Amino acid sequence: MTFATPRQVFSLFEADVRTRNRNAAERRFRLYGVIAITISMLALALLLFTVLDNGLGAFRQTFIEIKVPLDPARLDPSGTRDVEAMKKVTTIGYGKVIQAGLVATLAEAGIATDDSSVRDVFNLISKEAPAQLRNRVLANPDLIGTTIDFRAFASGRVDGYFKGRVSMASAELDSNISPAQLAIADEMKAKGLMGLHFNWDFILGPDASELRPEAAGLGVAIIGSAYMMLIVLVLSLPLGVAASIYLEEFAPTNRWTDLIEVNIANLAAVPSIVFGILGLAIFINFAGLPQSAPIVGGLVLTLMTLPTIIISTRASLKSVPPSIRDAALGVGASKMQTIFHHVLPLAMPGILTGTIIGLAQALGETAPLLLIGMVAFVRDFPASPPEGFFDPASALPVQVYNFTQRADPAFVERASGAIIVLLVFLLVMNAVAIILRRRFERRW
Amino acid sequence: MTELPLPVKAAKVNARNVQVYYGQNHAIKDVNIDIPSESVTAFIGPSGCGKSTFLRCLNRMNDTIVGCRVEGRIEIDGEDIYDRRVDPVQLRAKVGMVFQKPNPFPKSIYDNVAYGPKIHGLTRTKAELDEVVEQSLHKAALWNEVKDRLAAPGTGLSGGQQQRLCIARAIATSPEVLLMDEPCSALDPIATAQVEELISELRNQYTVIIVTHSMQQAARVSQRTAMFHMGIVVEEGPTDKMFTNPDDRRTQDYITGRFG
Repeated sequence: MTFATPRQVFSLFEADVRTRNRNAAERRFRLYGVIAITISMLALALLLFTVLDNGLGAFRQTFIEIKVPLDPARLDPSGTRDVEAMKKVTTIGYGKVIQAGLVATLAEAGIATDDSSVRDVFNLISKEAPAQLRNRVLANPDLIGTTIDFRAFASGRVDGYFKGRVSMASAELDSNISPAQLAIADEMKAKGLMGLHFNWDFILGPDASELRPEAAGLGVAIIGSAYMMLIVLVLSLPLGVAASIYLEEFAPTNRWTDLIEVNIANLAAVPSIVFGILGLAIFINFAGLPQSAPIVGGLVLTLMTLPTIIISTRASLKSVPPSIRDAALGVGASKMQTIFHHVLPLAMPGILTGTIIGLAQALGETAPLLLIGMVAFVRDFPASPPEGFFDPASALPVQVYNFTQRADPAFVERASGAIIVLLVFLLVMNAVAIILRRRFERRW
Repeated sequence: MTELPLPVKAAKVNARNVQVYYGQNHAIKDVNIDIPSESVTAFIGPSGCGKSTFLRCLNRMNDTIVGCRVEGRIEIDGEDIYDRRVDPVQLRAKVGMVFQKPNPFPKSIYDNVAYGPKIHGLTRTKAELDEVVEQSLHKAALWNEVKDRLAAPGTGLSGGQQQRLCIARAIATSPEVLLMDEPCSALDPIATAQVEELISELRNQYTVIIVTHSMQQAARVSQRTAMFHMGIVVEEGPTDKMFTNPDDRRTQDYITGRFG
């Protein structure tokens, strides 16, 4: 028998060449790791900084605060306070009321306006304002005849001026705003008639047209995304877990199950836009479900999420030690009892993590939703479930995409703001995943 | 304790021409053995000789292994356990098993023991179940150590306590046969002694079959011993005779430590 020749070591205090080389290799490897982590942390920091820097402004909006006397002659010519009759007055009529209120408020504050500049001042207010006032009055006709405090959005350009996006110099070249208007805006701000406030409408309100970025909100998109997540969760969790349990624990290993297994692995890698085409062909063209509806989006995202859930569930079922199965079978538990009493609870943290990661993926998915019409401009809130599942809605990532498509630079800020909201939702979901895992793990 | 001649007891388990295949591998060849009731039978033999495989045939735990095939006839109380009418789940309630590595459920001590009676519907009331749990833990000589912390997780016990908990769990379903697959291999000598003492006690009520690598253990606890080698039973008989005057050369070599 041959033995390895012993190493010629004279002192343990002195590392030989081989050892030094090995240690150097280890140090190099650690350095590579540190470099890799530093690069990714920097990239993450840069991403977060850009998004926050661009997007935080979207949560604060410039508002104009004026007193508006609601003139009964204009708003309720019939004098009956009948809502149906009052609906005949269009936003143009309300615009006139606001203009009158604005002039009065400015006069009271001592800001000089002449006939030529009244139009300019009125244009400082968002085109959304008359509609807002109209809705408020129609909801409460008793307001007519009183003078109300009305907080209206300032136009996108004015908002941009206070956020540093628009300057006097750029206003010279801008057909939508003039330096004179900005000067009045400055004056109004100094008098406290105009200022930046937190804008709940950005989170809760519906989208607005390209001409009024200041009024655009995420409400419909958030509800659409929430509905879709609900559908995905309700469909994909039971389907995915049941499929995994069957495949992992009950199915015989033969050519068919091999085929299914390969296909599930492949499905997880299929580009998401393909699922969109599939949804368009099957759910909309064949099954006749409505376009832009959360139900179709939810179904498509369910198909996308299922492979993720199945793969992670199978992995966590597989990782349950066989000794637990033996123990349960050994005391005479049936296969199903073994799985449901012992294996599944142990696999639960992994299943939940996989499910929430799948949901988070689905929440951020855009491409398939574009194909099933969720890219449409939707201003009406969907009804409450289950009817609401069939109403048109938007989705958060699609809303981001929509905002970036619009010309007005004010939408850059809103797109980043929408990304922040999306990231907050993702963070919350991941936090829930971590908490659930901790809770389930602590029991053992 | 084994000096006195044992009263002849009726065979509880009869195996005839048992063959086990793992795919192409013929793991157990032509095993014929009769195991008397209310006694301890030890299976000894070198690693990979098939003693654990044969043990797992007795409660059909091999059914869960893909590609495993059992042929021949194994009877418990005269009933062929591989008959198509036999539900392995019911069989395992009658033939309990303790594994090599202590494997308590990650639940409370109480739930560990109560699980079997619960799923088999052996008790009607909570009080009855409490009684069964206490009795089982008493029989497993664990009651005094855990009576104050029945709600604590079973996995938090020491190795020896865990194994005794597993024994309590196995006997809680009142099996008639108790299979033990190297129950002491993961335990220190003190815990081993406790488990061995327990096995000797259990003999009065159960038919115990134990697989062991320890000759001393086989000699201490068993009344009959079967020597496995390369998938066959080379010799089987009263433990006294096996360890003092074996017929087969291989048995002698093995118990004197010349191979294995």
